[in-house]
Amino acid sequence: MDFDGSERMTGPAPARVTAAKIVIAGGFGVGKTTLVGSVSEITPLTTEAIMTSAGIGVDDTNEVPGKTTTTVAMDFGRISIDRDLILYLFGTPGQTRFWFMWDELVRGAIGAVVLVDTRRLADCFAAIDFFENRGLPYLVAINCFHKVQYHDVEDVREALAIAPEIPIITCDARDRESTKQVLISLVEYVLMMRRQRTVAPA
Amino acid sequence: MAELDEPAGALVRPYAVTRGRTRPRLDIALEALVETTALGRVGADRGHGQEHQQIIALCDGKLQSLAEIAARLHLPLGVARVIIADLAAEGLVAVHQPTSLDGDDAVGTELLERVLSGLRRL
Repeated sequence: MDFDGSERMTGPAPARVTAAKIVIAGGFGVGKTTLVGSVSEITPLTTEAIMTSAGIGVDDTNEVPGKTTTTVAMDFGRISIDRDLILYLFGTPGQTRFWFMWDELVRGAIGAVVLVDTRRLADCFAAIDFFENRGLPYLVAINCFHKVQYHDVEDVREALAIAPEIPIITCDARDRESTKQVLISLVEYVLMMRRQRTVAPA
Repeated sequence: MAELDEPAGALVRPYAVTRGRTRPRLDIALEALVETTALGRVGADRGHGQEHQQIIALCDGKLQSLAEIAARLHLPLGVARVIIADLAAEGLVAVHQPTSLDGDDAVGTELLERVLSGLRRL
């Protein structure tokens, strides 16, 4: 088997090995996996979780108990920040009804990128609601296909009804440098929020 | 009709490899990093299934997250989690849980600064 990706380490890893993650959300077909793939050191992988009937709660389990499992797939990529720290980028499952998986995704995450296609703005409403509800910091990245931006950034802010401090930036999800800038902007924003809270506790 | 009784490959019931157990002994985050220990390298083949040995081989000298292990071995997340927790309980792999970013402590801030400078270096 060929497990390409990060290089093999030499010698034992030091004690403080850890991982971090960023969640990439947005509607179906908006370019989440493209964004992950543009900056990941591995070809995006897909991991699957199986949800049982107990998790669905609506399916009739009386007749065929074995038929009520559903598979939820998530694409993700990997960036080795340094030898001891690996950053993962997780795309959210396509259908927002799989909330149980979103809970696991946001737990411990640095923050989220909400990728938006301005022609289908409503596709990201559920994701924004979810992150605001969980208190997860996020920014909005408008994916400009073929460098065409259909709407002004402030019009998008108004349409999404999000607070003025939440960053909205434009990007090209296919472009490595552009994706890098999206991730950098998110981490800068999260750090700034932390510093503000430390200086002026609520 | 004998072939109907002989499911193969992906048709094997997912939790068969964990002997039906769905709850791991250890809660492992999606991004938690798994690394084969020195004990794992020498003790991998003793009484373990194919999946256990594949995980030990995959994480030998190369940090892999729970999500990566599940994806590369085509195992559902929950199944991979049970097996990794078993391997960790036996000391055959080490599990490095992610650093908590809750609150505003210095450890979380330092981690974010490392991520930021790492992204800028890419």
